[in-house]
Amino acid sequence: MKDQLNISNWTCPLPLQNYPTIVMGHGSGGKMMSDLIHHMFLPLLGNEALNQLGDAAVLELDQYPTRVAFSTDSFVVNPLIFPGGNIGELAVYGTVNDLAMTGAQPLFLSAGFILEEGLPMETLGEITTAFSAACQTANVLVVTGDTKVVNKGHGDGLYINTTGIGLIPAEVAIAPENAQAGDVVIVSGTVGDHGMAIMSVREGLEFETRIVSDTSPLHELVETMLAASLDIHCLRDATRGGVAAALNELAKSSQLGITFEEAKIPLRPAVKAACEMLGMDPLYVANEGKLVAIVKSQVAEEVLAAMHSHPLGRDAVLIGQVVSDHPGMVLAKTGIGGSRVVALPVGELLPRIC
Amino acid sequence: MKYLDEYRDGDLTRKLLDEINQTVTRPWKIMEVCGGQTHSIIKSGLDQLLPPEIDLIHGPGCPVCVTPLELIDKAIALASRPEIIFTSYGDMLRVPGSERDLFSVKAEGGDVRIVYSPLDALKIASQNPDKTIVFFGIGFETTAPANAMAVMQAKNQAIENFAMLVSHVTVPSALTALMESPDVQVNAFLAAGHVCTVMGYWEYEQLVEKYQVPIVVMGFEPVDIARALLMCVQQLEDGRAEVENAYARSVVQGGNLPAQDIINQVFERTDRAWRGIGVIPQSGYRLQKAYADFDAELRFPEIQTIAPQEPSVCISGLILQGLKKPNECSAFGKQCTPQNPLGATMVSSEGACAAYYQYGRYAIHLGENEMTQ
Repeated sequence: MKDQLNISNWTCPLPLQNYPTIVMGHGSGGKMMSDLIHHMFLPLLGNEALNQLGDAAVLELDQYPTRVAFSTDSFVVNPLIFPGGNIGELAVYGTVNDLAMTGAQPLFLSAGFILEEGLPMETLGEITTAFSAACQTANVLVVTGDTKVVNKGHGDGLYINTTGIGLIPAEVAIAPENAQAGDVVIVSGTVGDHGMAIMSVREGLEFETRIVSDTSPLHELVETMLAASLDIHCLRDATRGGVAAALNELAKSSQLGITFEEAKIPLRPAVKAACEMLGMDPLYVANEGKLVAIVKSQVAEEVLAAMHSHPLGRDAVLIGQVVSDHPGMVLAKTGIGGSRVVALPVGELLPRIC
Repeated sequence: MKYLDEYRDGDLTRKLLDEINQTVTRPWKIMEVCGGQTHSIIKSGLDQLLPPEIDLIHGPGCPVCVTPLELIDKAIALASRPEIIFTSYGDMLRVPGSERDLFSVKAEGGDVRIVYSPLDALKIASQNPDKTIVFFGIGFETTAPANAMAVMQAKNQAIENFAMLVSHVTVPSALTALMESPDVQVNAFLAAGHVCTVMGYWEYEQLVEKYQVPIVVMGFEPVDIARALLMCVQQLEDGRAEVENAYARSVVQGGNLPAQDIINQVFERTDRAWRGIGVIPQSGYRLQKAYADFDAELRFPEIQTIAPQEPSVCISGLILQGLKKPNECSAFGKQCTPQNPLGATMVSSEGACAAYYQYGRYAIHLGENEMTQ
């Protein structure tokens, strides 16, 4: 899908009143806004439901007699375009992944774009193109949207909010509190790629290997896992706060303990080097295409094998167990045979002084 | 990863720990000076693997922790001014001043920016000629050369809208103060590898001679730490007191001479207050007269009157001197947590209290009050 993206060839079907940047008028509700919608958003995101441009989308759900997953997320990343992706695909995959963590098949998205006056039209085009391509990859439709423009200095170029609806097959029972003592813990691949990709651009750090974001939609991987076994008890998208936060949330919801072996966490050498340089713990660094799964131990091998068969789960590893000891607490076994508590991160990750 | 994984090798670490076990016959109190080392020890769980005879004391080598409250309040006063862009290393932003921290100043509209190097602050100064850029120049001898370089470049390039709020401290003077204190009973020191990379270890030779304590220069990975501990225990058991270098891949006796040279060109010795400890004579650096134009305290003399008092419940001073363990504090994990720190040792990720909180809660959960025993 990504191969079809050709940013340099992106052209606007009709000139947007010849404005090379976003101006306040693009959020006025008048002709300029209508032009923006008709010439930027509809050509890229349009479909039967969205093209109606009603106050709300009307969706036929008859063919899906099952439970609904519903999730919203706002995207405020800086820089807007980073190695391996941009805010457009992040906004699609972020919500798609939240839905997928319930075992749902993602179907519909809303898209709220908050544009800052002065945003180059070309940047908006590039991001919307990526947004559109990501929707195709994830097989979701944008069925309702909103555009606002804020004064220069009141936004970081562009914020996007997406809300998504997905449907959960009747036989699937995934929930944060479903973990059981004896279950195993799996991570789907290398950790910290997204966070360090963003950080390396923001801080102007250069490494021998370029670190690229792992932003990708996980619903197919989840589908593959569920096809292997329905005994998948919990799934968590390891975004902000990284794998450490995901494990802590799961331990807390299930009131069970989690232990894992630190040495088993898959880590790209460049990410490891960047983390060492900045004094950061990769366990706490954000991912945008990695999940943590808690699975019944008897089916661990089948689920792992299924994950390995999918490109996004190729590096999946069993890292630890759910235990009845130390409820709500996550414990890492260190490389030298000691152990330590892996707590929830407090606030922003701060680089250490020396 | 090359040059890192070798020093995290579990088998080698355990072998060294076994040797320590076989060597030790009596209880010893050994202080690791640097906060980065404290962090590494607790993060790897090495403290739990040591024989009970060895009591590790966490020293005052965390630059964030020992920066006095007064300087934090001065930083906050400067950062709140609309004409100033305040730049700092990241972990200073969450250190509580007497009323708030730099993060709150940022939230209230102050222009506070995290930089990785003081030279980045200099760049911001060139890009914003209508603002004054103040850099928070804290740290031990490790950060001093880069900070000195920034001031020197500011002068050479006539970047007049740059100033530094200086609170530099030095390790040997702190060790002297600890040795002179009648309460402190440390049998040996593990010296900070990064500081020694810059300064060498020649300064410690007279300390060893005067106080008859072993000092071993130590790195930051489990193998480095176990090796330095073994050398330390061997000295103690043999009744020797020498300076030894267990971090030879980075440290030479004379240190990094060009780095020392630039420190000596820009800074001069001065008395410095250490948070929770008090004023230690000649324990820090200030800018020399030739660079006085770049001293933020001289450029904004109104901040010189700021002189707050430390909160009474926090025992960070005793912790920094190795007289108490973090979990012996009545506020530890209760009123005082990383979310709501009462003292700097809970704020910095290198602080002993934060390290105990982050990595050690399990031991406390199990009712082991003395984690290092």
